[in-house]
Amino acid sequence: MVLSLLLLLLVGVLEAIRPGAVTPNWFRTTVLFAAPLGILAAGQTLVMLTGGIDLSVANVATAAAYIMASNARHGDLQAVLLGLAVGVAVGLVNGLGIAVFQAQPLIMTLGMALVVTGGLTVYSQFAVTSVPSVPGFIHTLGAGTVLGFVPVSLLLWAPIAVIIVVGLGRTGFGRLLYAIGDNAAACRLAGVRVWQVRLVNYTLCGLLSAIAGLVLAGTINTADLGLANTFLLPTVAAVVIGGTSIFGGSGNYSGTIIGALILTVLNSVLTLLDAPEPIKQILYGAIILLLATAYTRVLSDT
Amino acid sequence: MVLGRVALPFVPPRFVRRHGWTIGVYALLLASLIFTVAIHPTYGAFDIKSLALGALPLALAAAAQTVVVLSGGIDLTVGPLMAVTNVLAARAMLHSNFRDALLIAVLVLILGCAAGAFNGSIVVFSRVPDIVVTLAMSFVWGGVALLILEKPGGGAPLDFQNLAQETTLSPWVPNALILLIVVVAAVWIPLRGSRLGLALYAIGSDRTAAHASGVNVPLVRMLAYTLSGVFAAIGGLALTMTTGIGSPLSGSFYTLSGVATIVLGGVSLAGGKGGMLGPMAAAFILTLIPADLIFLGIDPNYGQVIQGIVIVLVVMVGGLATLRRKSA
Repeated sequence: MVLSLLLLLLVGVLEAIRPGAVTPNWFRTTVLFAAPLGILAAGQTLVMLTGGIDLSVANVATAAAYIMASNARHGDLQAVLLGLAVGVAVGLVNGLGIAVFQAQPLIMTLGMALVVTGGLTVYSQFAVTSVPSVPGFIHTLGAGTVLGFVPVSLLLWAPIAVIIVVGLGRTGFGRLLYAIGDNAAACRLAGVRVWQVRLVNYTLCGLLSAIAGLVLAGTINTADLGLANTFLLPTVAAVVIGGTSIFGGSGNYSGTIIGALILTVLNSVLTLLDAPEPIKQILYGAIILLLATAYTRVLSDT
Repeated sequence: MVLGRVALPFVPPRFVRRHGWTIGVYALLLASLIFTVAIHPTYGAFDIKSLALGALPLALAAAAQTVVVLSGGIDLTVGPLMAVTNVLAARAMLHSNFRDALLIAVLVLILGCAAGAFNGSIVVFSRVPDIVVTLAMSFVWGGVALLILEKPGGGAPLDFQNLAQETTLSPWVPNALILLIVVVAAVWIPLRGSRLGLALYAIGSDRTAAHASGVNVPLVRMLAYTLSGVFAAIGGLALTMTTGIGSPLSGSFYTLSGVATIVLGGVSLAGGKGGMLGPMAAAFILTLIPADLIFLGIDPNYGQVIQGIVIVLVVMVGGLATLRRKSA
């Protein structure tokens, strides 16, 4: 609620700085840029609800997009499936390490991020013979528009959002995520197979990251080795601004969606202000910090 | 129980039990050095020097991270702070003489100390989880570094660079290694033995218990970030010495690599467990891996993959070991 008001306030600021800036076309570009971040942050939300974190989401997104683009000549469907398979595979390994071997999520996913990035660089040098190209329908998915101002990526993001929001609130799996984040030991004593839930959860996160990578490649209409790498910290920021506790157990995906929108609008406000890059970065960090502080105060007051 | 058994299992001496991980890391370092000499027989003084030069900034980033992680936190500003101090030093030292450079270095250290204290006070006063605060602050410090120097540039007097780049004592003992040992020992040994050092470990292992035994938890947390700022500033100065210039993006690599290094070095991310010796050796191991790959004629890009696999295996083994100890 407070968050939505904040989002409206930011949009108001935007309109005040540059009257006439908020148009259907502005809506279109905002959603276009928010969609990859929002989908990427969806996976991050799922793992953070269990008290974990995934530092490999951005690298997985890049790898999925690059592998899809470099296999486009074998057929679009196969390319997309290969890209998604990368996400599932990395997510599965993350899940195995964290759920079965009890590795700390932060360092496990950091290690996998190194493996993915390094592996991708090697792959790009030895296995890629043709220029990577983004399949046409992925480009439409990432950058196309229907009905004049509704981005096609919203038609993918919205169902994903609905599934996650409903899944978290209404299904046993969703409620288990909250329970594990709250008290994993108690869950185990209550008979929950915690490791299975964690394994599935990290695999889902990997899959969502891969989807986000494909959408992003479509939006930009190219896939290079650094495609999504700047997205890692914003995903964490979107989840935290959205009110999900970094210790797990509380929060939801609808907050993350607004968090991703806030970050995107914030970015366009800073761009409109024509602030130089360093100032933009400083303001970005300071505002995230202020939001997080405000949120902690509000939560501890109620 | 152990007492009930007829054949007592082998119990290693207490020293080995307490420092098992550190001993293991040094054994691994020794093994990788022997391996390096085996695959590259001409490995000599020059290679040792480049290894020390490469490991110096990483080891200092690890030292900065260690202090905070021991206290039960995490500091994602280590890399950006190294960049800030790196560009600050390089910009101020351009065309200066050695004496001025040393003076500038001291000022940069003080600034690093202040920046760390600033981070720490936000962590303490905002009551926001430290990972979030330092994540946001990493954007801020990254922006500050870009404000100071837009693109790589600046410089430092040759004598100042030689503090790390020369081999004054013997060709086999690079200055970078001596610098690292002296600097870390000068900060860490007195700290470790002091009340503050004890408090650092105490709040890392159990904050409530530490508070109950009279430790000023917010103050100690703030001091941990301050010390981290000091080590990061030394790391930034080390970057100025080893590269001779300042680069606003130089630090981006060191935040997460520092975390990986300390985990390999036996510091528990849960806080309260580990020391400074392990991470130092780990920094050398992680620097040696890409060099070895070049000697083997393998694409150095595999280096990242192997580093990643080493880290993943280490945390899995560590996790399993903890599990077995719990169930035993």
